[in-house]
Amino acid sequence: MVEFRLPRESEPEAGRRWPAPEGARRPRTFRIYRYDPEAGGRPRIDTYVVDLDDCGPMVLDALIKIKNEIDPSLTFRRSCREGVCGSCSMNIGGENTLACTRAIRDVPGEEVTIYPLPHMRVIKDLVVDLNTFFEQYESIEPWLKTHTPPPDRERLQSPEERARLDGLWECILCACCSTACPSYWWNGDRYLGPAILLQAYRWIADSRDEATGERLDQLEDPYKLYRCHTIFNCTQTCPKGLNPAKAIAEIKKAIAEREL
Amino acid sequence: MATRAPRPLSPHLQIYRWYFTMALSILHRITGAALVVGLVLLSWWLTALARGPEAFALVRAALDNFLGGLVLFGFTLALFYHMLNGIRHLMWDTGQGLDRESAQRSGMLVLLGTVGLTLLVWIIALIK
Repeated sequence: MVEFRLPRESEPEAGRRWPAPEGARRPRTFRIYRYDPEAGGRPRIDTYVVDLDDCGPMVLDALIKIKNEIDPSLTFRRSCREGVCGSCSMNIGGENTLACTRAIRDVPGEEVTIYPLPHMRVIKDLVVDLNTFFEQYESIEPWLKTHTPPPDRERLQSPEERARLDGLWECILCACCSTACPSYWWNGDRYLGPAILLQAYRWIADSRDEATGERLDQLEDPYKLYRCHTIFNCTQTCPKGLNPAKAIAEIKKAIAEREL
Repeated sequence: MATRAPRPLSPHLQIYRWYFTMALSILHRITGAALVVGLVLLSWWLTALARGPEAFALVRAALDNFLGGLVLFGFTLALFYHMLNGIRHLMWDTGQGLDRESAQRSGMLVLLGTVGLTLLVWIIALIK
């Protein structure tokens, strides 16, 4: 359902302002969304000041510094700190991206604003509930499906066939694209969203997969696939530089072409 | 286990940075809706034409003034935007022009084309 405004109890209120570190030579302000499920109540926006001369270059460095030195209760997911695990996806400076690969200096505006991934249920602070997202991933059966008996060796692919998977296999399922998509905001319960559709196309495009027909049958649905209106936020925001909008267009094309 | 308050919904439209492409997308929706209103005007004009001089005079009185002109100008703008952006969507449906640079460029072209074609129509209309 299209709801432009947040429910009243989800509306963030002004939070705590933490004092700036003494003698900071290059201070920058971070405004961070906070929600504590134990305390309940409304979410709030806390303000922290970090001396950039005493901090690593990435937004994740600043978050870790804040957690270590200012406020240990700040909660976020992170793991690999090099853009391959997809854990630290969040909304930074109004755009979804990975905190570990976004440089603080590349965040526009005076203050660095950090929110959880948009239009998701917040578990705590910057941690959102991704259960539906991963259930949707499971629903596309993201594994190689074959009907022919397995050969004695690997299922071979030509270099050209393998090249069709480039730009698809790199997806780390960070959910930046899906949670940047207004269509997913309004219909996320039934629309699969760009990340899952890109993954679906990854198997459709795989020359070794023999279930293309069934996969297209499963996707041919007014909601699952066709809630994509090529708004293009997915491709604009993808921290891995992938193109979900194009992958979705290719699925629509494949469905149209088999009707001919 | 104690029951907890339902989890809050994270901010979305309120905080998301507007991309050029995103703005054009919602503009397509808005102009589409505006065209439906415009279609009512057009039907009114056409039926008045069939119903005779008095009915037609009423339409002229309503539209042949500054405010009516403004509405018609908006109608032309919406028409050309929706048409050109519709062509952009057709191109996308063939899988073409779906990288960030092309989407940006085709969006600019649509805007330029909209202004150009609208001005052209109105210059012709005002000269006649």
